[in-house]
Amino acid sequence: MEIGLAHYLAVAAILFVFGVFGIFLNRKNVIIILMSVELMLLAVNINLVAFSTALGDLVGQVFAMFVLTVAAAEAAIGLAILVIYFRNRGSIAVEDINQMKG
Amino acid sequence: MTADLPSFAPALPEIVLALGAMALLMLGVFRSGKAYTQVSTLTVFLFILVGVLLVAYVGGERSVTFSGLFVTDSFAIFSKILVLVGSGVALMMSSRYMADHGIDRFEYPVLIALATLGMMIMISANNLLSLYVGLELQSLALYVLAAIHRNRNRATEAGLKYFVLGALSSGMLLYGISLIYGFTGTISFDLLADSVKTGEHAGIGVIVGMVFLIAGFAFKISAVPFHMWTPDVYEGAPTPVTAFFAAAPKVAALAMFVRAMFGAFGELVTEWQQVVIFISIASMIVGAVIAIVQTNIKRLMAYSSIGHVGYALVGLAAGTEAGVEALLVYIAIYMTMTLGSFAAILSMRRNGQMVEEIGDLAGLSQTNLPLAIGIAIFMFSLAGIPMLAGFFGKWVVFWAAVEAGLTPLAIVGLLASVISCFYYIRIVKVMFFDEPAGNFDADKGRAIPLVIGVSAVLHSPVSFLLISPLIAAAAWAAKSLIY
Repeated sequence: MEIGLAHYLAVAAILFVFGVFGIFLNRKNVIIILMSVELMLLAVNINLVAFSTALGDLVGQVFAMFVLTVAAAEAAIGLAILVIYFRNRGSIAVEDINQMKG
Repeated sequence: MTADLPSFAPALPEIVLALGAMALLMLGVFRSGKAYTQVSTLTVFLFILVGVLLVAYVGGERSVTFSGLFVTDSFAIFSKILVLVGSGVALMMSSRYMADHGIDRFEYPVLIALATLGMMIMISANNLLSLYVGLELQSLALYVLAAIHRNRNRATEAGLKYFVLGALSSGMLLYGISLIYGFTGTISFDLLADSVKTGEHAGIGVIVGMVFLIAGFAFKISAVPFHMWTPDVYEGAPTPVTAFFAAAPKVAALAMFVRAMFGAFGELVTEWQQVVIFISIASMIVGAVIAIVQTNIKRLMAYSSIGHVGYALVGLAAGTEAGVEALLVYIAIYMTMTLGSFAAILSMRRNGQMVEEIGDLAGLSQTNLPLAIGIAIFMFSLAGIPMLAGFFGKWVVFWAAVEAGLTPLAIVGLLASVISCFYYIRIVKVMFFDEPAGNFDADKGRAIPLVIGVSAVLHSPVSFLLISPLIAAAAWAAKSLIY
């Protein structure tokens, strides 16, 4: 079977949906949310690189590099916020994040 | 291989701001300890310098640089001036709160400067890549600002929620960008506009990508159905940070939204118009109805801001030059209202503690009449009572919608603003007719009373004199966007 653009797009779409569901359905741990965010961004990278190859255009790969860099910065800030949250609450369970409602 | 150096002149204000922010960071590091006041003052001066450069050096001529990544025109100048005013005023209002709560660290003004830099890049983005980088520069700084009160439970929770939902929105935005790139082969706004115009590529893929892009934008401007983070972040973050969130990033994200829609997808107006109409109606209704049951004034302002974004989007939904002009007038008026209101919230301090409940305002007219009058003007203006500036804002957006043939949208907007009158006027009733709840502490600094005074005067019937210059400036800005 020839692996074509459509296969890459399908994999990326499935990973992206996993990422979104990981954020909303996960009831346990904030770390899993951070992993889901990474999964979404990597799905986007697969999309960009696959399109870039299919179009014979380098812009998509350049964009993927930018996404990787920003994702690293975002993960660093996310973990930093998580650490100070844990210091205050002593827990990172998703169901404990409920100080404010309404 | 040699490459010509791009022209730096159109981006000079951004370059100055970037270098200035880094210099201030260095200053703060080497002056370890008590550098907050110094860095904060210098940041305000930096904003003023950047504003002067924007007006005097860059000017309103359209020019594109950095291989088409960066564009500056009169629309960019107008929006950037608004952003700089919003950031600068929010920073000036912060000092006392930050000092009282022991969070007067020099990183705060530096982060505001970096977020402002990100906003200016967003406004000037002429390519999906520079749009994304600017947006992330702004967002990453804002996540940290929300959690800057790091030993307070609610602030860190606000930071965490903002981060998770902000990262989700970036993911949606990026997925949209990847689809647009794949189905048109370009990420430049100018080439996208050409490719959409010739009709070769305006397939379903581009439209799906565009909808993902709009979903990402809707998160950033906190429009329904992507508004869930707003009330929690507004309530949890320190009040000066909330004031900043409600002013500058909203203006920048709306400006970016408008430029992306008109610059890249101008020909697809019938497609995106439906989506914008939907989020506009949903935001106006949610903003009007859910705010009724709020008792915390910061949460109430959050729902109020959701509603106001809905009204501003009415201007975008019109899809015309008059609509963009109306949107710019509206956000300029909204920004001054919201800064004034948060300045008033910052002076709600009793026995050295900040109070945030609406009930704490009871009988304010007997204990502090000037403040009560100021808040009353803001509330009437937010509600859109005639003779005040907020009324003109609503008038121009609804008029633009009616002229574009969207009368039902304008009617929904009118109904929503009637509903929202209830909770704005309830605050006035609590202040003027309830039994006094006790005195507020006197303001020590000059910045907060000054902000309340100036914005109350701007919103009082004096605004009759100011509205035509504002409309002229917005028309000048909107003209550059549609060509």
